[in-house]
Amino acid sequence: MSLFLIVALPFLGAIFPALLIRAGRQAAAMSTAAVSLLALIGLLIHAPAVMRGEVIVARLDWLPGLGLNANFRLDGLGLLFAGLILGIGILIIIYARHYLSRRDPMGLFYAYLLLFQGAMVGIVLSDNILLLLIFWELTSLSSFLLIGFWRHLPEGRQGARMSLAVTAGGGLAMIAGLLILGDIAGSYDLTDILQSREAIQSSSLYLPALVLILLGAFTKSAQFPFHFWLPHAMAAPTPVSAYLHSATMVKAGLFLMARLWPVLAGTDAWFYLVATTGLVTMLIGAVIALFKDDLKALLAFSTVSQLGLITMLLGFGTKIAALIAIFHIINHATFKAALFMSAGIVDHATHTRDIKRLGGLARLMPITFTIATIGALSMAGLPPLNGFISKEMMLEEAAHTTWFGMDSFVPVLATLAAVFSSAYSFRFFAHTFLGPRRSDGPAQPHDPGPGLWLPPTVLIVLVVLIGLFPMVFAAPILETTAGAVVGGGLPEFKLKLWAGISPALIMSIIALGGGLFLLAGHRGLDRTWNAVPRPEAKRMYDVAISALTAVSRVVTDRLHDGAMTRYAAILVAFTLGLTGYAYLTGGIGPQTRPMIPITPIPLAAWIGIITATGCIVAYHRNRLLSLVLIGVVGLVVSLAFNYLSAPDLALTQISVEVVTIILMLLALNFLPKQTPRESSPARRMRDGALSVAAGLGVGGLAYALMTRDFAFPTISKYHLDNSYGLAGGKNVVNVILVDFRGYDTFGEITVLGIAAIIIYAITRAVLASPVRAYLLNRKPDAPQSGDAHPLIMVVVTRMMMPVALMVAVYIFFRGHNLPGGGFIAGLIAAIAVIMQYMASGFSWAVERQRYPYHAIIGSGVLAAALTGMGAWFNGKPFLTSDFGKFHYPPLKEFELATATLFDLGVFLAVVGATLLALDSLARFAWQPGMESEHPMDINPARDEDGDDEAEQPIREAV
Amino acid sequence: MEMLVASAVGILTAAGVYLVLRLRTFPVILGLSLLSYAVNVFIFASGRLMLNAPPILDPYSEGMSYTDPLPQALVLTAIVISFGMTAVTVMIALGGFLSDRDDRIDMPEEAGEDA
Repeated sequence: MSLFLIVALPFLGAIFPALLIRAGRQAAAMSTAAVSLLALIGLLIHAPAVMRGEVIVARLDWLPGLGLNANFRLDGLGLLFAGLILGIGILIIIYARHYLSRRDPMGLFYAYLLLFQGAMVGIVLSDNILLLLIFWELTSLSSFLLIGFWRHLPEGRQGARMSLAVTAGGGLAMIAGLLILGDIAGSYDLTDILQSREAIQSSSLYLPALVLILLGAFTKSAQFPFHFWLPHAMAAPTPVSAYLHSATMVKAGLFLMARLWPVLAGTDAWFYLVATTGLVTMLIGAVIALFKDDLKALLAFSTVSQLGLITMLLGFGTKIAALIAIFHIINHATFKAALFMSAGIVDHATHTRDIKRLGGLARLMPITFTIATIGALSMAGLPPLNGFISKEMMLEEAAHTTWFGMDSFVPVLATLAAVFSSAYSFRFFAHTFLGPRRSDGPAQPHDPGPGLWLPPTVLIVLVVLIGLFPMVFAAPILETTAGAVVGGGLPEFKLKLWAGISPALIMSIIALGGGLFLLAGHRGLDRTWNAVPRPEAKRMYDVAISALTAVSRVVTDRLHDGAMTRYAAILVAFTLGLTGYAYLTGGIGPQTRPMIPITPIPLAAWIGIITATGCIVAYHRNRLLSLVLIGVVGLVVSLAFNYLSAPDLALTQISVEVVTIILMLLALNFLPKQTPRESSPARRMRDGALSVAAGLGVGGLAYALMTRDFAFPTISKYHLDNSYGLAGGKNVVNVILVDFRGYDTFGEITVLGIAAIIIYAITRAVLASPVRAYLLNRKPDAPQSGDAHPLIMVVVTRMMMPVALMVAVYIFFRGHNLPGGGFIAGLIAAIAVIMQYMASGFSWAVERQRYPYHAIIGSGVLAAALTGMGAWFNGKPFLTSDFGKFHYPPLKEFELATATLFDLGVFLAVVGATLLALDSLARFAWQPGMESEHPMDINPARDEDGDDEAEQPIREAV
Repeated sequence: MEMLVASAVGILTAAGVYLVLRLRTFPVILGLSLLSYAVNVFIFASGRLMLNAPPILDPYSEGMSYTDPLPQALVLTAIVISFGMTAVTVMIALGGFLSDRDDRIDMPEEAGEDA
């Protein structure tokens, strides 16, 4: 399977659970798991090749000018991580199906999960660091959605915000770091960057790049002092915690360090920054974890500590340490995901995660007890489990590491951290499952169904198998992966449970013994711990954030004081300043085109438009009058288009004019009819000056433009030359719309459809609000005509309807060769229908409306899209048109073009959008008692004696 | 002729900007409409003015001159889109007026608080 597809699958698949949730939770879960499984299979198909040492590459030049290419690569490291992400993902999907309650929106959950999964897979398979950055930010965003999934919980929202702030903030630093890195290497492709170790490490920008990249990695992987977000992210549902904090999100930082290890590691700066941070994080995380009473909080800090351990190993900079780091990544992913899941099971069964209220569950929940115990013992580093092997190897490496000339610093602190880490591991299962049974909580906690215990069991089996047979289950993948990390030259290594009497074994024994000792004295230690004041990271974070918020609020309030007209004035003034500067510093050259002489008719039209515009400004307070004057302006503009050789524009302008004026009239019906005089004379002077300056500028620019020849040859000649030959149309404007630039038009009708649907949505929202009551009881604020649906108008519009539609059809079909086309025909057809609304009223028209306008818009966009796709079947790109000449006697020869079908789509979209917009507005006017059985109010043919009077609309003059 | 078109564009722009700077929604919408006329004519005029040369090809006669079709195609869709935009603004203005019974453009003073 192509790497593109592997990355794209989770993103594309996210739509399935979101839609299939209507078919039930099972369907949603199954579709999600199927998507992940498919991607996993696609990945594993490549596994044999990768294990042979090949690198699978998929390249697509996206924006080569920016160095941003959609290049993906799959090597050992990518394979391991993508395998963990997808494999544990499937287990999490099964677990979540049974964990989430009926009230949780599960479809949404799975959709978020798949988005997150896709972003993670994208990170680990990207070959381009800019692409990697995009996926990196996507993980921050999608994990925000997942962590805050229970949006009714304030902790959930705060935790999500905090993790977003910290990880996305680090991501910003990382962007800068990676840009510097790419700049040094001369390429943004990892393949090239990994080759330029010398250039990067000798560059003077190495240190800034390193620090910035590490900021990104440390924040993501919750390294001290950025570790505080991780425990707060525990407010997420447990499946999310199990996924994000075992195999994925927090491992992204480690992945990045491992990925860039060949070019960044090996320097003193790397060692002291990374190894020290890792060591400190490991120790602090382990100590805090021991004193956490919440099962998930304990696991959260243990994760912090274990991540520190891996970071430290990467920081050592030796190849064998990097190999151990990878080994521990695998081991941690297996036991930690299982432990999170078992904590979730305990929470489910006892409704508490407080260790102090738990105990004695071993006999009640034997399966969970077994899972949790094996997982915790592996975390503690007890043989024969996988955690023991990697931890002992870590201690072995630590024993050989010198820090600022001190031989014992690293080994002592590492052992101390290991002591605490075995202590919290023991506590996790001992205080939960052993000891006396506590009385509170539900009477009989019991093991859940296999849906909850099977996923962690799969992982626990791996924990044991890797522990017992490391050379079989871990060594091959480790060799490939670590080989990919260190870039070849991997030393011989052996994974074994018994490595003889060595410093590491003694340190391990100290760690386990010390852990038991600490657990025995936990009660007293806990009391001391709680008595000692400690800096609280959350509080410091909150203070910092609220200070930032206060500052930005002050700035925002000063900039955005809500005076929209002031913004508009600033915008105009600024534009004037810029253009004025351009005018003063640039030249415009001499006039090169002769002017067209002025004749009386255009002069008369000019006088008309100038007068109308002047009157609009002068009388704009009288809204109805200014609307009429706007109509005059529109009319003159369309006449001008016609005069200046643009018949298509003239037709479009005049039909749009009709629709716009009707729309504004409808709106004016509900608005005040007068605009009060509010602005001060000084203000009017200022606005006048601004607008005169703007008018002079635009007018002058237009004049200068029109009296000069083109500076460069235009592309118009191509369209004129090829319109008939390539597209079979003589009306070049229409051919450009439906053929040469069909893609633009496709976008435009989509936008038009969206605009209409926005209008519809606003109408629905307004009518669902208390405004509806006001509208229903509204009294017209001017005397109304007694004859709302006059006979003559009804009769005439009925007669006009078929004629108008016929004209629309005619205009539509001739569009390819003569002025016309889908846009204009659509407007004419819409006007034909609007006339019926006007003549017989909204209710009457709605009753006779057969197809919903949304469907018309949709079918229009769809028709255009399908026409475009038709080209694919001819092996041509989207929207390539075709045409042919046909001759069936007695008809004259005629042409048919696929562009006509596209134009039909335009036609439908324009009809639908125009009518939906006007129809929505008209809905505001509906009041009870307005329905009329008859198309016209007064009809001489009707029997006048009976109850007609009662059915007539009630229209009182006020 | 160029003078007439340029001055009309200038005056439409000036009127449009003036109305956009008013304090109530309706004049602002009118101002936007005037501005779209001005912009459409401006873009159209950037193809230079020609009389009696519509871009309708006549394959049977050689040497005909045609005006620039490209700005026309741009403006044609712009006219339709600006109808859509006007409709949306009208709707927003109307919705705002109906819920607050107020058609002022500027936000009231206390609006800054919950920003």
